[in-house]
Amino acid sequence: MSAKPVNQRAWWLVLPVLLLVAFNAVIPLMTVVNYSVQETFGDNQFFFEGVKWYDEVVNSGRFRDALKRQLLFTGIILAIEVPLGVAIALAMPRRGAWASVCLVLMSMPLLIPWNVVGAMWNILALPDIGLLGWTLNKVGFDYNYTRQPLAAWLTLIAMDVWHWTSLVALLAYAGLSAIPDAYYQAAKIDGASPWAVLRHVQLPKMKHVLTIAVLLRFMDSFMIYTEPVVLTGGGPGNATTLLSIDLVKIALGQFDLGPAAAMSLIYFLIILLLSWVFYQVMTRGEEQT
Amino acid sequence: MTRARWLVPALYIVFLMLPIYWLLAMSFKTTNEILGGFTLWPQRFTLENYRKIFTDPTWYLGYVNSLSYVVINTLLSVAVALPAAYAFSRYRFLGDKHLFFWLLSNRMAPPAVFALPFFQLYSAIGLFDTPIAVALAHCLFNVPLAVWILEGFMSAVPRELDEMAYVDGYPFWRFFLRIFVPAIAAGIGVAAFFCFMFSWVELLLAKTLTSVDAKPIAATMTRTASTSGYELGLLAAAGSLTIVPGAFVIYFVRNYIAKGFSLGRV
Repeated sequence: MSAKPVNQRAWWLVLPVLLLVAFNAVIPLMTVVNYSVQETFGDNQFFFEGVKWYDEVVNSGRFRDALKRQLLFTGIILAIEVPLGVAIALAMPRRGAWASVCLVLMSMPLLIPWNVVGAMWNILALPDIGLLGWTLNKVGFDYNYTRQPLAAWLTLIAMDVWHWTSLVALLAYAGLSAIPDAYYQAAKIDGASPWAVLRHVQLPKMKHVLTIAVLLRFMDSFMIYTEPVVLTGGGPGNATTLLSIDLVKIALGQFDLGPAAAMSLIYFLIILLLSWVFYQVMTRGEEQT
Repeated sequence: MTRARWLVPALYIVFLMLPIYWLLAMSFKTTNEILGGFTLWPQRFTLENYRKIFTDPTWYLGYVNSLSYVVINTLLSVAVALPAAYAFSRYRFLGDKHLFFWLLSNRMAPPAVFALPFFQLYSAIGLFDTPIAVALAHCLFNVPLAVWILEGFMSAVPRELDEMAYVDGYPFWRFFLRIFVPAIAAGIGVAAFFCFMFSWVELLLAKTLTSVDAKPIAATMTRTASTSGYELGLLAAAGSLTIVPGAFVIYFVRNYIAKGFSLGRV
């Protein structure tokens, strides 16, 4: 494959995107940076405060607790959804009408507005009249997600698994479909066990899409806001108050612009940093194999 | 082991359908029945909840508002992403890699971070509470996504196609619109599908940028839930209706979904 020609006029083709995204990204980001270093007492008077807010946010127990909850949530989500998604993709029919049926039905949760997902699980898990809550209480569990932190967490995780495992499964399925039949035939001739086929043929071929799946699930679960707000409202107490929920409470609820802005930037940087680390770890093996 | 393999996707799909079933079942129940206790399916089947949504403008206008900003956003995102993706897939230019990664980094920005500055920005330019504000705001994450997907599809088209067209004397825009765009029609479909999807499901920005006139259906739902107490049947009916556009769109792109995920590298 020959190299792409150098052509500076290509900038004209990129210009509309550049302007549109810059308008949406740079101006708001500068606003946030601006607030993060200033103090205001109303009347549009601002005073420069340096890194005061950053200091306050990093050292606040509230931020650290939200961050810990966020890391725990994202960790659990990745540990469940990625293996489960791969397992489902491996067991799905490869072609034919059933493959289409699976794909269409599995895409359904991805296209439901996020607040509806929250409302749906809210209704499902109601202890007295919801299908899930009622069943759990009938078979002897004491379950009430509005009062028990553990129940709230389990419901939240079940909801996210319900909502997003399909994304991992669809990506893994796409990766699997790209493996030529010849690979399987060769493995069969060699008498390879299903496990060996998975380990040496399927997983390496899925590596690219799995990297994308892990990155997407990481980013999106780290930014999750609407679903937990509708399901639990961050409660009981602060048990399910994840980073975005806390941020919106500070920014739009209390209008504490300085701390909210400083927290925003720290939050964004954490996502960028962790995404970069994930990307490095998951693509490092590529040069070696 | 191999014989029971179909059980895994089958059980998973049952798990996926349960909450949807419950939402639908709730939407056909009367409020009295819902509050009266647990019933597995509607005992007294009613369409009252749906009738209310289709006759009350605050409800059905919510759907109109949501669909209008989603459609504007999808058209805008794909339109600006097409030439940009072409540039990325065909040429090298100063700062191209940096630009590409900067675009993608916007996909990593939490909407919660942008909620307040967006509110101020769009209020300042007088677009607050219009579908255009929401459509533009959603470009933040949809344009990079569309560029990413389209670039993948375009790179799969051999460059000889471009060269032959130029040799035949086609000017750039004529070639681009008449030959190249039809050649990647599937990719445009996939990109539009994902733009539609992410704009349709997002609520935080859509809710922050609207108050009365352009209020999306999702916001109507949350506000109803908090103000009028326990109208679960109505809420369930509204929720069930939000599934319809998505299901409709999936049906059209069903054959491209898997391909779009892999080729488009979403």
